[in-house]
Amino acid sequence: MTTQVLIAGFGGQGVLFAGKFLAYKGLLEDKQVSWLPSYGPEMRGGTANCSIIISDDPVGSPIVSNPDVLLAMNLPSLDKYENEAVPGSVIIVDSTLIARKLTRTDVKAFYIPATKMAKDMNAPNLANMIMIGKMIKESNAVSIDNLEDAMKKVVPAKKADLIGVNMQAVMLGYNY
Amino acid sequence: MTDKVLMKGNEAIAEAAIKAGCRHYFGYPITPQTEIAAYMAKRMPKIGGTFLQAESEVSAINMVYGVAGAGYRVMTSSSSPGISLKQEGISYIVGADLPALIVNVQRGGPGLGGIQPSQSDYFQATKGGGHGDYRLICLAPASVQEMADLTIKAFDLADKYRMPAMLLADGTMGQMMEPVSIPEVTAKPVDKPWAANGTKGERKHNIINSLYLKPEILEKVNFERFERYAQIEANEVMYEEYMMDDAEYCVVAFGIASRVSKNAVTEARKQGIKVGLIRPITLWPFPKDVLNAAADKVKGFISVELSMGQMIEDVRLATNCKKPVVLCNRAGGMIPSPEQVLDSIKNLAKEVK
Amino acid sequence: MATVFKKPQALTDVPLHYCPGCTHGIIHRLVAEALDELGIVGKTIGVAPVGCAVMAYDYFACDMLEAAHGRAPAVATGLKRCMPDNVIFTYQGDGDLASIGMAETVHAATRNENITIIFVNNAIYGMTGGQMAPTSLPGQVTQTSPYGRDVKTQGFPIKVSELLSSLDGPEYIERVAVNNVKNVKNAKKAILKAFKNQIEGKGFSLIEVVSSCPTNWGMTPQKALDWVEENMIPYYPLGVYKDKSANKED
Repeated sequence: MTTQVLIAGFGGQGVLFAGKFLAYKGLLEDKQVSWLPSYGPEMRGGTANCSIIISDDPVGSPIVSNPDVLLAMNLPSLDKYENEAVPGSVIIVDSTLIARKLTRTDVKAFYIPATKMAKDMNAPNLANMIMIGKMIKESNAVSIDNLEDAMKKVVPAKKADLIGVNMQAVMLGYNY
Repeated sequence: MTDKVLMKGNEAIAEAAIKAGCRHYFGYPITPQTEIAAYMAKRMPKIGGTFLQAESEVSAINMVYGVAGAGYRVMTSSSSPGISLKQEGISYIVGADLPALIVNVQRGGPGLGGIQPSQSDYFQATKGGGHGDYRLICLAPASVQEMADLTIKAFDLADKYRMPAMLLADGTMGQMMEPVSIPEVTAKPVDKPWAANGTKGERKHNIINSLYLKPEILEKVNFERFERYAQIEANEVMYEEYMMDDAEYCVVAFGIASRVSKNAVTEARKQGIKVGLIRPITLWPFPKDVLNAAADKVKGFISVELSMGQMIEDVRLATNCKKPVVLCNRAGGMIPSPEQVLDSIKNLAKEVK
Repeated sequence: MATVFKKPQALTDVPLHYCPGCTHGIIHRLVAEALDELGIVGKTIGVAPVGCAVMAYDYFACDMLEAAHGRAPAVATGLKRCMPDNVIFTYQGDGDLASIGMAETVHAATRNENITIIFVNNAIYGMTGGQMAPTSLPGQVTQTSPYGRDVKTQGFPIKVSELLSSLDGPEYIERVAVNNVKNVKNAKKAILKAFKNQIEGKGFSLIEVVSSCPTNWGMTPQKALDWVEENMIPYYPLGVYKDKSANKED
């Protein structure tokens, strides 16, 4: 099985971090993975996106143009990628920031007010991880088990105190 | 559980270089390779090495010349416009027969171009680049693991043949993360009796030089250098074949283009087209023989490139134009999609029966 | 019989190719004497320029590298960084150091790179046959300033010692000349100090040697030395422009 994930949003929303967490989760499950960011000036404030591929087979092209899973963290990203997702794909929408519903009916849409939930849990930067939690629930890309192992790989040692709150955010999204 | 870590391609190059014994890095910031410099800036001071942000690419490559002349493993890295600036120094390094590693994480050009991935420095990397008759050993990684492995290989080959090697990557390879395990290097350092590291009063002075005012001598030096090149062409060619056993059509692609092409080949096979892939890992020496042999079996070739078509010339030369060679490309920082390559395969299969 | 004069060990037996009356020979000798006196020939690596001194690598008995035009300070930086206990010097002319290699010069100086630079300023491109140099004097006739250097279109000469001494980085900058015995003796002292500074880890030392080029100036050797006294030195005053250690001792 191969899951092609596209996470898209504004720079600063933690798009790349969320993607890295997902890639590590896959790696720790002995899957083949790749992570490819958009790079350049647009990373700061403009749109940022990140391609993650999690597969049982060696990864060919690391570029995700037609995602199986799309995490849309702002409206421009949804506008840009909704029609690129494959039929039957999972599309997770941050409904705090995106007022509209999907126009497509051949995909599985999930609306989660991730930004509001993050604020409510006093961790406004963690909407990304709430989205990841929801995504883990609704796709078969990776398992929810042993979250902490992957979290330890991506949270720098000097910020280890943040592992707990990141885990909480993932679980909050997972259980939404 | 795996012992692999996720690393960006650029970081994998830097860590592998350190593992290979490189303790001296000189560079200048330019997207999309700056992670190499940043990694070196962090690590080198902790292991007694040199990280120096030079005043220019021109200076950086000349600092490399100095360290290489002293016999130490040394590298610089840049992206396309910066590599153009380094050409003078690279030519001198070649002329003085010094080993060094130059990494080019390519971006679109010409001119300032863009910052997105490209393979349009192929000619520059494989045909010489600067002034004079010369080649660089040119390695083209297609995964983060290969970014590491080929960095180490490049240092070894450079030392073995006393010439600079270039790792020719692109923005995608530099920026992407994949699982990687940086190999431990056990090979012993090569003896460099020619190095300018002080006579200690024990020998005649060593001279690192590329000036030969007598043409008959300079010709001889060139001939001798090309004898070494012939050895490299005979012994150091690297490539990967994918589904070539019964292939009727052959895609040729390197680096990121080969990754995209693999998807297309796999899909074309599902649709019943017998197509395979030859991926040059060494762009110089180019895998001429394997392509020439393939030309006797397949009906046509597709060169997939992130350029206006540069490697395609080498494919035609290698196959003596025995079979049609068509181009499937994007340029300026765009990357062909697997669908585009698949269409190209289908077209070729339709037109060349 | 007592030997009162002999060739320094830091010079090889290769005959110098310089023109009659050229002062490169004197400056080579001063450098070689300094290497001998400090006993450092075996651990010194020299970097030759592009210009008249391009073949200096044949003349100095220490290990030598030939650099691209203007890049000697970058090459020397590489050498010093990988061999901090060795002694590294460059020997450069005015076109090499002050024109095409100005960036390398300024940045090596501002890093206080622990190297020694011997900068030979004879106000002309010698090897290519007498073209205008960055240090050619206003009004000076050369092949590429046939009506005399016109400062309106060709700019003013660069005063390298003054310019570099405005930087915080460098340890020691002195301008000397080799047009008479007194000046040669003084030049020797300065060159010796520039190498000592490096051995003591003090940093970037540059000695600008005001020099002559009888061939391309179109003068006899004696006339050229007079021209140095009458025209060069007034424009390029001799003296210590920067000496950080001296200031500390004050």
